[in-house]
Amino acid sequence: MMEHTNTFLNSEDRGGPAQPLLLVKDLKKYFPVRNGLFSREKKFVHAVDNVSFSVAKGKTLGIVGESGCGKSTTAKLIARLINPDSGKMVFDGDGVVEYGGIALKDFRKNLQMVFQDSFASLNPRLTIEQTIAYGPTVHGVSKLDASKQAKDLLERVGLEPEQFANRYPHELSGGQRQRVNIARALAYQPRLIILDEAVAALDKSVQAQVLNLLQELKRERQLTYLFISHDLHVVHYMSDEVMVMYLGQVVEKGPVDLIFNNPAHPYTKALLSAIPSMDPGKKTLKPPLEGDPPNPINPPSGCRFQDRCPVVKELCRNATPELKGVGDTSDHIVACHLAEERHI
Amino acid sequence: MMKDNIDHPQPQYQITKGYWHAVLRQLKNEPLAIISAGILLVLIIAALFAPWLAPADPFKASMLKRLMPIGSPGNLLGTDELGRDMLTRLMYGGRLSLIMGIVPVFSAFCIGTTLGLIAGYLGGRVNMVIMRILDIFYAFPSVLLAVAISGALGPGLSNSLIALTLVFVPQIVRVAESVTTQVRQLDYIEAARMSGSSNLSIIRVHILANVLGPVFVYATGLLSVSMILASGLSFLGLGVKPPEPEWGLMLNTLRSAIYNKPYIAALPGGFIFITSIAFNLLADGIRSAMDIKK
Amino acid sequence: MSRPLLQVTDLRVEFTGQRKAQALSGVSFEVAAGEVLTLLGESGSGKSVTLRTLLRLHPEKNTKISGQITVDGHDVLSMSSKQLNQYRGRTTSMIFQEPGLAFDPVYTIGQQITEALLTHEQLDANEAKSRALQILERVQIPQARRRMDSYPHELSGGMRQRAMIALALVCKPKLLLADEPTTALDASVQIQILLLLRELQKETGMSVIFVTHDIGAAVEVSDRIAVMYAGRIVEAGTVGDIVSNPRHPYTKGLLASIVSHENKGTPLVTIAGSPPDLAHLPPGCSFAPRCVRAQIKCLQKQPEFETVASTSYACWNPEQ
Repeated sequence: MMEHTNTFLNSEDRGGPAQPLLLVKDLKKYFPVRNGLFSREKKFVHAVDNVSFSVAKGKTLGIVGESGCGKSTTAKLIARLINPDSGKMVFDGDGVVEYGGIALKDFRKNLQMVFQDSFASLNPRLTIEQTIAYGPTVHGVSKLDASKQAKDLLERVGLEPEQFANRYPHELSGGQRQRVNIARALAYQPRLIILDEAVAALDKSVQAQVLNLLQELKRERQLTYLFISHDLHVVHYMSDEVMVMYLGQVVEKGPVDLIFNNPAHPYTKALLSAIPSMDPGKKTLKPPLEGDPPNPINPPSGCRFQDRCPVVKELCRNATPELKGVGDTSDHIVACHLAEERHI
Repeated sequence: MMKDNIDHPQPQYQITKGYWHAVLRQLKNEPLAIISAGILLVLIIAALFAPWLAPADPFKASMLKRLMPIGSPGNLLGTDELGRDMLTRLMYGGRLSLIMGIVPVFSAFCIGTTLGLIAGYLGGRVNMVIMRILDIFYAFPSVLLAVAISGALGPGLSNSLIALTLVFVPQIVRVAESVTTQVRQLDYIEAARMSGSSNLSIIRVHILANVLGPVFVYATGLLSVSMILASGLSFLGLGVKPPEPEWGLMLNTLRSAIYNKPYIAALPGGFIFITSIAFNLLADGIRSAMDIKK
Repeated sequence: MSRPLLQVTDLRVEFTGQRKAQALSGVSFEVAAGEVLTLLGESGSGKSVTLRTLLRLHPEKNTKISGQITVDGHDVLSMSSKQLNQYRGRTTSMIFQEPGLAFDPVYTIGQQITEALLTHEQLDANEAKSRALQILERVQIPQARRRMDSYPHELSGGMRQRAMIALALVCKPKLLLADEPTTALDASVQIQILLLLRELQKETGMSVIFVTHDIGAAVEVSDRIAVMYAGRIVEAGTVGDIVSNPRHPYTKGLLASIVSHENKGTPLVTIAGSPPDLAHLPPGCSFAPRCVRAQIKCLQKQPEFETVASTSYACWNPEQ
């Protein structure tokens, strides 16, 4: 196994081990809905509505939720691909939202992203090597060095450089392309990698290979992952902590085993039981959630899950629940009025 | 650690040395395109080397030898209404006609692609301003617009070139902006934004290459249009002035000969026709070659 | 034993156009009336090609098909276009992964379902409309009457999928082909659709061929599973047998690479290498280059399909 050396781009640990690598507070992003010239009422898609969480160094935070819950938008906000309406982001002790210009460019070395669509993620006109080498050259690494590093990274992700460096994206399979995307992200020597449904489009056997690779890389390079996925099995396997989102808000967060074995929020429970059964003798009899995931346009007051919640009460329609710790631990938090009663 | 199988048999796609290299290779399968390219090559050589290849002086008039028929000794394609050798004038005329076909399209290509990239990449207000201003020009039919601008600027070669360029810029911007907008949404552009590189660098490295292809195809289709428009302008007296040889102008001055010597009068038109078709077929061929690849 | 509804014998499909490939190399299977069979496999296994061949959806020009397909007594491969029009939608119907693909965006879904009805059955407009409404209610689209007049883009993903199922079932086909219908859906909606399909199948007694790469979905809906690899069926059996006692090393590898939290902290079991190039299939067993149990014989000679108890497999050195 290759020795990893921090050669070109130096991203040091500034805050120390106790400092969370990423701290997000009250992140908000609303998108206006175009209703035509004559509509008076302004509608907004509450894509991300006061989301707060933190990620510890060297850990993997899984983010789960249905379409429309805001997980991808959150990822883009953290990556500064979109600008938040309000909120604070702190990366290893340094405020991020305040960054602009040169400081932002510098910051970008720390944080990279791997997208779901492996084909759309690669410029069809550049060779694999050119794609991977591009990032470091932006940050001042010479073309020669960047090229060499690109070849080393290809080797590390399991693609023979002689065979693959000069190929074009359309000549590779989905799994191979995703490895290239991982290599491209690694070229910056980042500290945090956001994996936005990175393995969702892959065949199951290829998925296993890529997940193994991700775990190895995490250990080798002390990486921190933000793992966004709708596949709960994969999230359970990969994450240390998991965060459940619904309609732009965080509804539950905690250590992964705790959440999976003992979910506190009715939505989390329903989501977990929606996983198809692997036992032919015990087929699912009733879907745990009816209807489609709703659209976060002008959400209702009170708890947003009220329309689909199996145990909804009057209180839920009137008051919005806040994130509170479950039991005595502050590790496991949930936003549900009924959680405390049901749990203990 | 999992390595991809090295003994994997050669994949279906050949390893390409570059996109344009592959397009050129694919062009070998397009017979019409090759023939057209050949014809254009002959015409271009004839035009370029006219001073050395042409049999006579294009301006030398002879009242005695007016409107000699095709095949006359010494005048392979006959003479025009002032006795000048047709073959010579057609060759020299080719220079101007080809210039008036290629130069405006090329200039519009450069200007239009730049504007289109800016409008498409930046979006929002900038996009709106650029596109709406261009819409005003786009609203006029090309011929009318060319005539109007040419008329305003006055006759002459450079003015016609400017007029034609202005006619084509909005069209090219449209194509470039549309492709840029599409490409910009793709994940690899987001990945490029995450690299921290400047907008200019992203446009140059990532977007430009993907936009050039479709714009190029569209522009090659405009070559024949440009030539015909230019000839039209000359015919109307707005382009080149006599005694300059230029195919459109020749059509005009030979108008009166249409009744007694129709073949000679039609010659410049025939050349315009052949050249346009050759441009179009070549453009089609390139388009197919690019299609199959991607 | 009664005659099976569908019988496929030695089906071979080769694409001879720009991208040459031997998509199917001798596929044979049967589906009884009222049975749900899943074709399980990854990209390039040939599962989608099989479905499309059952409806003869490939362009005639660059496709070479040989073998036999019999559905409800009809020989599908020798049907004329007129017969095919009768056959498609009426005897056999299909639902797709992308619900948007099945609908024309400029007509309402009510109009499209009614059109399907009028093409295949002798009804007047009102009868057709009420049948369309019925089927929309049956697939549990809320406020079906209002939705009849909706355009496809006005519906959410899950609803569009239900509408597509309605469109496929309105003429009461005997055989339903489902090409990864739940892959693009959220888990919560996926399980709803899977259960809906199961209910509808029990109610109508139709047979279903379900194509997927998700074993969980297969377990929920099917009676039998046929595992495909590189254009061939490598193993087939009841769901219980396949899941608990796979005989073919590929099936075993596939089941082992399912991500489960029980393996947390340890690397996942993977199948080495990648699927073969369909234009250059190796002689012998297509899986042999990647197989941990491969022997010399496997690389030279293609294994034949054997049946032991209720499971069939094609392997020279199967798991015990």
